[in-house]
Amino acid sequence: MQTVKIVVTGPFNAGKTEFINSISEIDIVSTERMITDGARVIKGETTVAMDFGRITVDEELVLYLFGTPGQKRFDFMWEILSEGMLGFVVLVDSARPETFQEARALVDRFRRYSATPYVIAANKQDHEDAWPPEDLRIALRVAPDKKVLSCVATDRKSVKQVLLDLLYCILDALPEE
Amino acid sequence: MALKGNLRDFNITQLLNLINLARKTGALTIGGKGKQAKMYFKDGKLVCAFMDGQDVGLSGMLQKAGKISEEQSRTIRSRSETGTDKELGLLLINAGYVTQDDIVQSIRSHTLNVVYLTFAWTEGAFHFEPNRLPAEGAITVPISLENIIMEGSRRVKEYEMLRNELPGLDRALKFSERPDANVRDIKLSVEEWRVISFINPRNTIKQIAQANSMNDFQIRKIVYGLLSAGLVEFAVPDVAEKRPALPRGVGVPAPVKRGVILRLIDRIRRM
Repeated sequence: MQTVKIVVTGPFNAGKTEFINSISEIDIVSTERMITDGARVIKGETTVAMDFGRITVDEELVLYLFGTPGQKRFDFMWEILSEGMLGFVVLVDSARPETFQEARALVDRFRRYSATPYVIAANKQDHEDAWPPEDLRIALRVAPDKKVLSCVATDRKSVKQVLLDLLYCILDALPEE
Repeated sequence: MALKGNLRDFNITQLLNLINLARKTGALTIGGKGKQAKMYFKDGKLVCAFMDGQDVGLSGMLQKAGKISEEQSRTIRSRSETGTDKELGLLLINAGYVTQDDIVQSIRSHTLNVVYLTFAWTEGAFHFEPNRLPAEGAITVPISLENIIMEGSRRVKEYEMLRNELPGLDRALKFSERPDANVRDIKLSVEEWRVISFINPRNTIKQIAQANSMNDFQIRKIVYGLLSAGLVEFAVPDVAEKRPALPRGVGVPAPVKRGVILRLIDRIRRM
């Protein structure tokens, strides 16, 4: 059996767990724990190791979705998670501009880990304070040839579209057979 | 959709850059240092700006600029029926006190002063209301944001902010490939020209600094200004060169065939 993986990264509370939860066919293997530091005011629990979801294509092919830990002290995991990935999704909380700089740093960091394709998912577009994807593109200084996609991580259809867009990018990057 | 945030997270340079690149029309309200500034934009250009305690109207601006006397100002205001700047402007020109150019220059100078003051604000809530235009009767003078961003960036003294924006100097730059980048009207200082002359995807920012005998702060300030004005952008890191530095196996894409990706696409489409 062949297994392939896509990494879902993003700043703390960007919606990575919800993103994977919306599409995974299994209950995600998540290690949510009560937060004990200042981040508690934003979110009651956070991912301390990683989220892990699965989409079975057939008996021979399985796609795994890995969410990176939300807090910086677990950033040693990022490089390990990025090993062998097909591509990655950078999830951004569009309604919290205070996290944009961190999101930009994450894009740079994962690009250094791997030359694989990526997309930016402008999450929480259903929030009234959400910045539109085209404004996020400028704020994050995303290159014109990269996709910045509208996303609502709790909506399966929206998550599907983000993954499909990433897979199209991956397909474009592969040589013709 | 209104844009809201705090300058602490998204500073004035970034905001103006966003408005410029997205060619936005609307009103930006910023609260900082106990004051509030309001700027109006049309198609990505600044058209007028006001600040609490500094909104002196057209006659006040011209008086401040030494174009009219206090008495002339009083006389014109007494003749005005609506009190709008447009009416005052016409009365002033008709009275022969000022020329149209005097008015344009004074408003331009006032607008720029307001905006440059906000560059010193590192904290404060902001709110952008799309399509909100200045009040009827206000005189608007369209000013390109590129040079404001450059000049404002020159005035940004906070080294820490620059460090956050450009944490590492080992990246290379290239000239912007954005088709909408308006570089024709940008005015560069001698120091900026020196940096520009070394822009090349093969030169890291650190190397450019060394070649020009600039310290970290100087080079960060200049590069930040050039990036914000859209003149340059980061060159895509050369992954092939980076790979040897990474642990074995990391960064190497999984050996997949197109057929695998097509099967994944098909599966997700059917979900």
